[in-house]
Amino acid sequence: MGLDLRWPIGLMFTFFGALLIIYGAATNSSPMYELSLGKNINLIWGGVLLVFGVLMLFGAMRGSKKHPPPA
Amino acid sequence: MQPIHLAWVDYSILLAYVVFILGIGWALARYMKSSGDFLTSSRSIPTWVTGLAFIAANLGALELVGMAACGAQYGIATAHFYWVGAIPAMVFLAVFMMPFYYGSKARSAPEYLKMRFDERVRWVNAFAFAVMTLATSGISMNVLAILLHLLLGWKYSWSLWICSVVVVVYIFKGGLTSAIYTEVLQFFLIVLGFAPVVWLGLQDVGGWGALKSRLAGVAQHPAALALSEKTFRPDAWTSAWKPLLAGPAHNPMGVDVFAMVFGLGFVLSFGYWCTNYLVVQRAMAAKNMTAARNTPLVAAIPKMLFPAIVILPGLIAVALATLPSKDYRIPPPIISDASYAKAVDAVQSANPAHMDAGIQAVSDALGAKVYQDKVSTLISANAQHPETKEQIKTALYGSVAENDYDAIIPSLVAKFCPHGLLALALLALFASFMSGMAGNITAFNTIWTYDLYQSFRRNVLDRPRAATLIRPDGGTEDITVAYKDLSDTHYLWMGKGVTIAGTLLSIGCAYYFSHYNNAMNALQLVFAFVNAPIFATYFLGMFWKRTTGTGAFLGLIGGILTSVFFHALTLAQGDLPGIKGGYIHVVKVLPSEMAQNFWMAIFAFTGCFILTVAISLATARTKTDEELKGLVYSLTPKIKDHEKHFFLRPAVLGTILIIACVILNIIFW
Repeated sequence: MGLDLRWPIGLMFTFFGALLIIYGAATNSSPMYELSLGKNINLIWGGVLLVFGVLMLFGAMRGSKKHPPPA
Repeated sequence: MQPIHLAWVDYSILLAYVVFILGIGWALARYMKSSGDFLTSSRSIPTWVTGLAFIAANLGALELVGMAACGAQYGIATAHFYWVGAIPAMVFLAVFMMPFYYGSKARSAPEYLKMRFDERVRWVNAFAFAVMTLATSGISMNVLAILLHLLLGWKYSWSLWICSVVVVVYIFKGGLTSAIYTEVLQFFLIVLGFAPVVWLGLQDVGGWGALKSRLAGVAQHPAALALSEKTFRPDAWTSAWKPLLAGPAHNPMGVDVFAMVFGLGFVLSFGYWCTNYLVVQRAMAAKNMTAARNTPLVAAIPKMLFPAIVILPGLIAVALATLPSKDYRIPPPIISDASYAKAVDAVQSANPAHMDAGIQAVSDALGAKVYQDKVSTLISANAQHPETKEQIKTALYGSVAENDYDAIIPSLVAKFCPHGLLALALLALFASFMSGMAGNITAFNTIWTYDLYQSFRRNVLDRPRAATLIRPDGGTEDITVAYKDLSDTHYLWMGKGVTIAGTLLSIGCAYYFSHYNNAMNALQLVFAFVNAPIFATYFLGMFWKRTTGTGAFLGLIGGILTSVFFHALTLAQGDLPGIKGGYIHVVKVLPSEMAQNFWMAIFAFTGCFILTVAISLATARTKTDEELKGLVYSLTPKIKDHEKHFFLRPAVLGTILIIACVILNIIFW
């Protein structure tokens, strides 16, 4: 129905990933990371989400090229 | 558990999620031109989307927290719900049943029953499903609102209304398509939101090997964690089959292998996955027959791996609770601050010389069982060196000898998630709730609009009827006033209106259940009565052309009554007659409530099957072979898959999935 779902999925996870990476970098020495066993889980998982989001966007762009929207 | 306060990054993530899912609804609104578009997506959705939505609609909050709860109580055997139950049923649905659901062009599963039999069978199924799906939505909303209050301190009503309004807005705008698309988004959120929590939990325990070793100790003395009064073999929590094959006394679920395989694996699982319109609706929205058949198969792939996300947290929670250094316990039931205050007073006023009385006073104040050794230690220590009220309260929290297994997931989120990841894990909880609620509401509005409302108009209100026409010349003529359906725009607006009405009813159910917990249990029991026999009706309808409408209708009623009487005549060990069963007379005591459920399902299915066959043979068919073409296996041309790539043929893909499932069962034997 006209909307390639990979666009909103890709955008959302790219946004989440970037936000977590920035926040993780800014709070790197925070004691709150004792909760995640001393690991900066925001940096790590933010990276995973960013990669996933970008892959989704890449898929959506390829899909647009194969089936361009009608003029 | 102290409520957690969210940081700006958490609120940003939650807000962004709301913006995205509302945006999907808005983007799809322009495609909602007919009731078909709104209620059934007009068969336009690609396979990967319907496949993931199929699984996400099932993955509501109850499933998510419930599976972790079962993992804690029953161990890896909980995976039978997936590897013995769900996967074979999903493969059967894809290979054998979707051709009839999709090929018949029925708009819903009950509509298939109407086409195959008659309106009576459709109405029983549609009415039962409509009530069940709304009430299930309400139960799920109640659970989530309570968990959010526990975890974040949010007011019950706020959680309920905000989540419900967001869901109803995107469904109102974009219909079933919006629900399906957001379910896919929510699927990824559930996986990516909980995976890091599970990963951290497993690391904290020391890895899979250490986890198994801790659980071996638990299995031999589960009373130490208030899991069970019995003792089991060391592998009871980590082996899926050996404790089951050893008999009901040797596994925490208390079931025998026949009840597990036939009761859960066949009757209950096939009854849910093959006939429940909540999930079947997603497959019926697919763009063509191949996509529809592949939908359950695509869904089966992540479903097979889901025990790692949903069951493993339960195992991790139990293992963590055995390690004093981790400062973790399975959360106790919610006890009010007033009760804790009374219990603190009881500790402070207790006399160590009369320890039993002191322990009883604490237990009475809390309204819960307590670990006697922990309370006596607390009383003695406090008598020697008086502690603050806050310290005593913290110690009492750890002394409650009852567990609220549904709170395991939120407790692990609180334990392992710093801000940032916290919002993601919360989103996973929200996503599971919203996908479940959206699934229930969209299934309800389709069943109501087509199977109840339109069917009622056609067959009762506006049915063709005899009338007398008075001609201008004064003469009369007997005529038949034909049924004239209302416009599709009317049904589109009926679908939209009932979306809001259904949501309000669900919210009402949630409020009701929050006050009357027993009503919730009673309702789930009624649903178990109705769900147990239904697969027999669909199965006989699809695979035996001799099944008549009267046979199906009376067989289904008979199956439901079989469930009711089975429940009234049996009881699980340790339960008292009443809502748990045995209220007519206790003919048989079963080892556990799980065993009672599975055996009830077996009896109900068998009763429905036998009655349907017998009554069908005694009644005449009302439909010819030609009318049943496309509805019954023997009268429908077989779908030819040979033009497709070998590994994409449903039968081949289904076989591969079954083999993978068998391998998983062997690994966790």
